[in-house]
Amino acid sequence: MNFDLRLPIGLMFSLFGAILTIYGLISGPEIYQRSLGINVNLWWGGGLLVFGLLMLFFALRKGGDN
Amino acid sequence: MPINIQLHGIDYAILAIYFIFVLGIGFALKRTMKGSVDFFLSGRSIPAWVTGLAFLSANLGAQEVIGMAASGAKYGIMTSHFYWVGAIPAMVFLAIFMMPFYYGSKARSVPEYLKLRFDEKTRGFNAISFAVMTIFSSGISLHALARLLETLVKWDYWTCIWVCAFIVLVYIFLGGLTSAIYNEVLQFFMIVLGFSPLVYLGLRDVGGWSALKEKLIPVATSQGYAAGTWTQSWAHMGNPIENPMGVNWFAMVMGLGFVLSFGYWCTDFLVVQRAMAAKSMSAARRTPLIAAGPKMLFPILVILPGMIAIALNNQSGGAFLPAGSDGHPDYNMVIPSMLAHYFPPGLLGLGFTALMASFMAGMAGNVTAFNTVWTYDIYQSYIAPKKSDSHYLWMGRWATVFGILVSIGAAFMASKFNNIMDMLQLVFGFVNAPLFATFLLGMFWKRATGHGAFFGLLGGTLAAMAFHGLSCAVGVTPGIKGGWIEPHFLFRSEMGQNFYMAIVAWTSCFLLTIGISILTARTKSDADLKGLVYSLTPKPESEAEPWYMRPAFVGIVVLLITVGLNILFW
Repeated sequence: MNFDLRLPIGLMFSLFGAILTIYGLISGPEIYQRSLGINVNLWWGGGLLVFGLLMLFFALRKGGDN
Repeated sequence: MPINIQLHGIDYAILAIYFIFVLGIGFALKRTMKGSVDFFLSGRSIPAWVTGLAFLSANLGAQEVIGMAASGAKYGIMTSHFYWVGAIPAMVFLAIFMMPFYYGSKARSVPEYLKLRFDEKTRGFNAISFAVMTIFSSGISLHALARLLETLVKWDYWTCIWVCAFIVLVYIFLGGLTSAIYNEVLQFFMIVLGFSPLVYLGLRDVGGWSALKEKLIPVATSQGYAAGTWTQSWAHMGNPIENPMGVNWFAMVMGLGFVLSFGYWCTDFLVVQRAMAAKSMSAARRTPLIAAGPKMLFPILVILPGMIAIALNNQSGGAFLPAGSDGHPDYNMVIPSMLAHYFPPGLLGLGFTALMASFMAGMAGNVTAFNTVWTYDIYQSYIAPKKSDSHYLWMGRWATVFGILVSIGAAFMASKFNNIMDMLQLVFGFVNAPLFATFLLGMFWKRATGHGAFFGLLGGTLAAMAFHGLSCAVGVTPGIKGGWIEPHFLFRSEMGQNFYMAIVAWTSCFLLTIGISILTARTKSDADLKGLVYSLTPKPESEAEPWYMRPAFVGIVVLLITVGLNILFW
């Protein structure tokens, strides 16, 4: 039986999300000049984290009925 | 000004994590590869949402991301015809009408379907041309990736080639098609999630959609076209002179929409293989429909950046895109330019990884299609029939190694002798153009015979070649781009020439197959053709799914939305 693909997707994007969010919190505003002054690491990192955790939630909730 | 992407530690970390996951999936799947069907068809066990996204992703290689963004800059929203006229109707047709035969016949590959439906020689022709084609496409992907990395981040060309080829090799060698499919889905999310912020920032920078429309007016008028040419998909297609593609609506609908798109999406084993790996008939039929959803929206992700980039480039007097060797902006640099322009360290790693992922998935898709066709349709059929299943599994693994080595060779050729690759792609175009006629007649006309199919295909290919030799685009020197017999038919653009070539090839193949079939005796009885031809196959049972899940219903909804999109951007 193959494993549920949502597991690695969830893990990977949670990890990316966490890294970008933390980096977004600690990095100074000067690197965000090119992204029009928006701290995209923080915002998008948060989005990725939510996406990754949702994938993990669905993968673990049903335990491989797919 | 050449683009230079500065990667920081955090960007490398994201890249490294991605590759750890890619390889990890291969290792995790290794123990499930027990027989050849596991390796080549994923044991027909994959859920529809996974095969659906992989179906989409297998085609989402370099050509799509870089190429469609380039077209968005070069032609504007007319590029959406590749989606809303080309891909979507063909995907719906595949799901509703063709999948029952591919999946139901238990053929293990598209060439094998041709063997069951027609005869050995038709299969041989298709299998061999397909195998050669996929391996060269894989090499071209690899070459394009290495060249891009060399330009953007100054990595060594050959190191890139070997490292990328090695990663693809490892995960396919271990996990076969399942590994390729799983990684394609991973890559699908990488591309969508990695590029969406790019579109958001670009659109915000340009001032929103209406400001973009405004700024695209001078782009059109400065090249001598009507003001709305870059933002209206159909309004300027009455005459090829009115639009930058140099194509009219008839060539677009028949050439691209019907012949080329149906030929690609319905018969190319690279994509069809993903649907064949689904766990049931209904999952197989849902595969292209699930893919159609995101496919409809892809223009936002790949065409819109091109339009934004050209608008900003025009506004800034050419400061946004680097100039190409011909003096025009280098359209292929749209996505890399935007990455360098908008993404700070961190997000840049994500976008850059998505870019690399798209090239590698394009390569992996070709390699898995190649090892299957090689092992089942060439090796098992002509070289070593009647061996044990474990022997074919072994062969599939080594075909992967062999295929990747040949890809590297092809990349080498592409880097040294560009003309040979152009020539090869031209020949592939000749072979592909008539294919859909053969499948259409095979699936819907039981009287079509093996001789009819084979000579029809051959005739269609020769017709394509002859047409190419007799036609060329205005201003092109006769040679590799056409007119090498005599430039008799002149077209406004190479794209127009190409679309008409497809129409001629398809029609020749269609008529020849009918004519020769009538003149030759049937070699397959009605009983032989059960499950292979529409009129002789019982209708697929609707596996107790609710009406809103049935392929026909979903297909109609998808088509209606597509019509709506066409009208919206008319």
